[in-house]
Amino acid sequence: MSTKTIRVQADLLATNKQVAAEIRRELRSRGILCVNLLSSPGSGKTTLLEALADRLKDRIRMAVIEGDIETERDAERIRRKGVPAWQITTGGACHLEARMIGKILGEVPAAIDFLFIENVGNLVCPASYDLGEDLRFVLLSSPEGDDKPAKYPQAFLSADCLILTKTDLIPYLPFDPARAAAEALSIKPGLRVFMVSALCGDGMDALVEYLVEALERLRSGRA
Amino acid sequence: MHELSLIASVFDILEEKAREHGASRVTAVVLRVGRMSGVVPDLLESAFETYKNGTLAEGARLTIEVVPVKLRCPDCGGTSVREDTDFSCTACGSRRVEIVEGREIVVEKIELETDGA
Repeated sequence: MSTKTIRVQADLLATNKQVAAEIRRELRSRGILCVNLLSSPGSGKTTLLEALADRLKDRIRMAVIEGDIETERDAERIRRKGVPAWQITTGGACHLEARMIGKILGEVPAAIDFLFIENVGNLVCPASYDLGEDLRFVLLSSPEGDDKPAKYPQAFLSADCLILTKTDLIPYLPFDPARAAAEALSIKPGLRVFMVSALCGDGMDALVEYLVEALERLRSGRA
Repeated sequence: MHELSLIASVFDILEEKAREHGASRVTAVVLRVGRMSGVVPDLLESAFETYKNGTLAEGARLTIEVVPVKLRCPDCGGTSVREDTDFSCTACGSRRVEIVEGREIVVEKIELETDGA
């Protein structure tokens, strides 16, 4: 009997990263821009996607992958907007992983411009998993409070854009959007900040314009 | 709480390495976990203790090294370690820093027991 110590240095997320890289390559080759949406439950991810569907419908084709622990509800809401949607129910898992997206990829129609992935509502675990997206949005709604970025830094650190949602409620709440943005920017400089009310439509035009420009960059190979 | 699925990947690696080295048991595992990795060391430990029963790592002890956040600054060339979430260079204040350590979740080393001499 003998013992020996071996250096392994194996990244536990290596398999996920590898699958995500394949998904990214595949979607880029099809000219599809993929966006991963992260936030707490109830901060307005599905409502934002519904508002985007309304605004994009004449110009842009989109599809949505919905992640939830249970129920088909979110995919049904998206389908009512005439947008193809797939529901992943994780049955308890707190995040989506790249292989779950990979299984659906073959069904996603080639003739779309954007693939949105709505992650499981959770500001912690989804941050660690690359899904092959080109852009990651983290949403923070005004009722959640402006002190959340420093409490959940991983999500903000991993994002490209911060979307402050439910801005129509700000007059009734002790929520300072400048404080939320400043805190997020101290964690992730260069984060793009948008303020939207998906229900009232405020700020939606700027977000749509940003997405369309990102799609143009991707297709001209400058992404 | 994705610690359990991460521990499942640890055991995939343990089995692979044990096979590779002809080992019958794993007696120690060292993980390196970044402070900004999004996983909680305590939860990893409980997941490991639960998962190891009946496996080749049944008697293994787990050590978790928490890796602080280390930044490299392209403006002044310095590196700094941050304990908070203000990710700016401690030397020159630049915000264009790159996080070089502190986000990893890695099996660093393992101790194997072989039946041979």
